[in-house]
Amino acid sequence: MRLFTVKRHIKDSFRSLKRNGWMSVASVSAVTVTLLLLGIFLALVLNVNKLSSEIENDVHVRVLIDRGTTKSQKQHLKTELKELKDVATVQYSSKTNELKKVVGHYGSSFQMFSGDDNPLNDVFIVSTTEPEKTITVTQQARKLKYVTIASYGGTQAKQLFKVMHTIRQWATGFTILLLFVAVFLISNTIRITILSRRDEIGIMRLVGATNAYIRWPFFLEGAWTGLLGSILPIIALDFGYSWLYRITAVQLTSFGYSLAEPRYFLFVLNLLMIIVGVLIGAVGALISMRRFLKV
Amino acid sequence: MIQFINVSKKYNRTYALREINLRIEPGEFLYIVGPSGAGKSTLIKLLYRQIRPTSGLIRINKFNLTKMKNRNVPYLRRELGVVFQDFKLLPRLTTYENVAYAMEVTEKRPTIIRNRVMDVLNLVGLASKSRRFPDELSGGEQQRVAIARAIVNRPKIVIADEPTGNLDPQTSAEIINIFENVNRQGTSVIMATHNSEMVNQRPHRLIEVVQGQIVRDENKGAYHHAAIYR
Ligand SMILES: Nc1ncnc2c1ncn2[C@@H]1O[C@H](COP(=O)(O)OP(=O)(O)OP(=O)(O)O)[C@@H](O)[C@H]1O
Ligand SMILES: [Mg+2]
Repeated sequence: MRLFTVKRHIKDSFRSLKRNGWMSVASVSAVTVTLLLLGIFLALVLNVNKLSSEIENDVHVRVLIDRGTTKSQKQHLKTELKELKDVATVQYSSKTNELKKVVGHYGSSFQMFSGDDNPLNDVFIVSTTEPEKTITVTQQARKLKYVTIASYGGTQAKQLFKVMHTIRQWATGFTILLLFVAVFLISNTIRITILSRRDEIGIMRLVGATNAYIRWPFFLEGAWTGLLGSILPIIALDFGYSWLYRITAVQLTSFGYSLAEPRYFLFVLNLLMIIVGVLIGAVGALISMRRFLKV
Repeated sequence: MIQFINVSKKYNRTYALREINLRIEPGEFLYIVGPSGAGKSTLIKLLYRQIRPTSGLIRINKFNLTKMKNRNVPYLRRELGVVFQDFKLLPRLTTYENVAYAMEVTEKRPTIIRNRVMDVLNLVGLASKSRRFPDELSGGEQQRVAIARAIVNRPKIVIADEPTGNLDPQTSAEIINIFENVNRQGTSVIMATHNSEMVNQRPHRLIEVVQGQIVRDENKGAYHHAAIYR
């Protein structure tokens, strides 16, 4: 196809989009809702997957030390930890050091917590002789003095994952349903366009237009609908996720985890949403054309 | 070259055309005359494959219309310029865009389209109304847009169904001039008409169709149709 023909089809498709007014708005909104849910759902699932693999690989027990514990008291705790069964090494990490890790993960906006504002605790990082022993070591460590909390990351997370698994199944079903609704709405809009322009399409054929030539603008109209529908969800997801990433940073890092870094993660997610949006639109258009644009 | 061999067309139970045999050479000018309902439009619709014959063979240049696949129909139509009895202009396009559309579908360059469209609009005397929409034009003006569209691609064959139907004698004469000019450049012209005055003033080959059959085929034939058809 020649470039000027492409331009012509693009112009035609926008004309039609405008002419359909509220019908177009309804289709775009359907895509918007679908993609918004799809985006949230994907962000959720991908992060859960990331966290679960991190937790499975984590064989350390993190022992958070009470604030205000003196140096000798810490030394005492360290010896006690070392004497526990199945403990291999015990490493100390100060809260300043912990904050550095946060800053490393989440960027310099956390610098403001430095000094006395630092909300983190000093930590002993205890590694066990074997991964399975983390549970018993954690339980024993919790009973010791000056220990705020000891965790191996697993327990709470694993329960969370059970819930997440159920959520994931429901979300998948719901998203698929929404995809169908969006495709249906777009195909319906384009069907109405085709039917209302039946005479015109007949005339186009009479003056020598091929089917492909007649179809392109409808196909593009569907694709634009999908593309327009992806704008709002992308903006919402980008802002939403960046915000969530920031507010969860401190707490998650104190357990040694983090959400996926927004820049790359959102890029991939946005690209995916655009592709899905355009696909929904194009498929919707194709469905109508197959049924209503026969020779 | 156009060839009809034993062509019949049946609508439901009645024959609109019966056993038509006809041969039209390149560069000919042919009138098709006959009373209303005789089958003139049917014959023309067969030419641009709006309808298929019930039986018989139709050939236009390299195309065999009887065997032709649907997807090849557009390429046949690009070799024909058709002026439809009811014009068939695209209501949402302006005069200019209507004429340009017939060129755009053949993927001509925009600059060529612009020049050609303005040329033919000048030729039919509508250059000043190029931005009007069809419903802002008189019947005769719409007819001239349809003619401009039919000749813009410089087709080998121009087919017109009643192109002077709504026109006064003066405008009719201008229109027939356009067709004769096109014909002089080697294009075949096939025109169905009731306009006996025009047929007699500008004689060309004439076939008369009555009740679906060709009853007369004369060079420079005259036509005086019966009073009841007036
Ligand atoms: N789609 C159709 N279905 C059924 N009958 C039809 C159809 N089209 C035309 N006919 C019939 O076929 C016959 C020929 O019609 P046609 O339109 O070819 O006549 P015509 O010579 O062009 O008439 P006019 O001079 O009024 O335009 C008529 O009897 C008409 O009623
Ligand atoms: Mg007719």
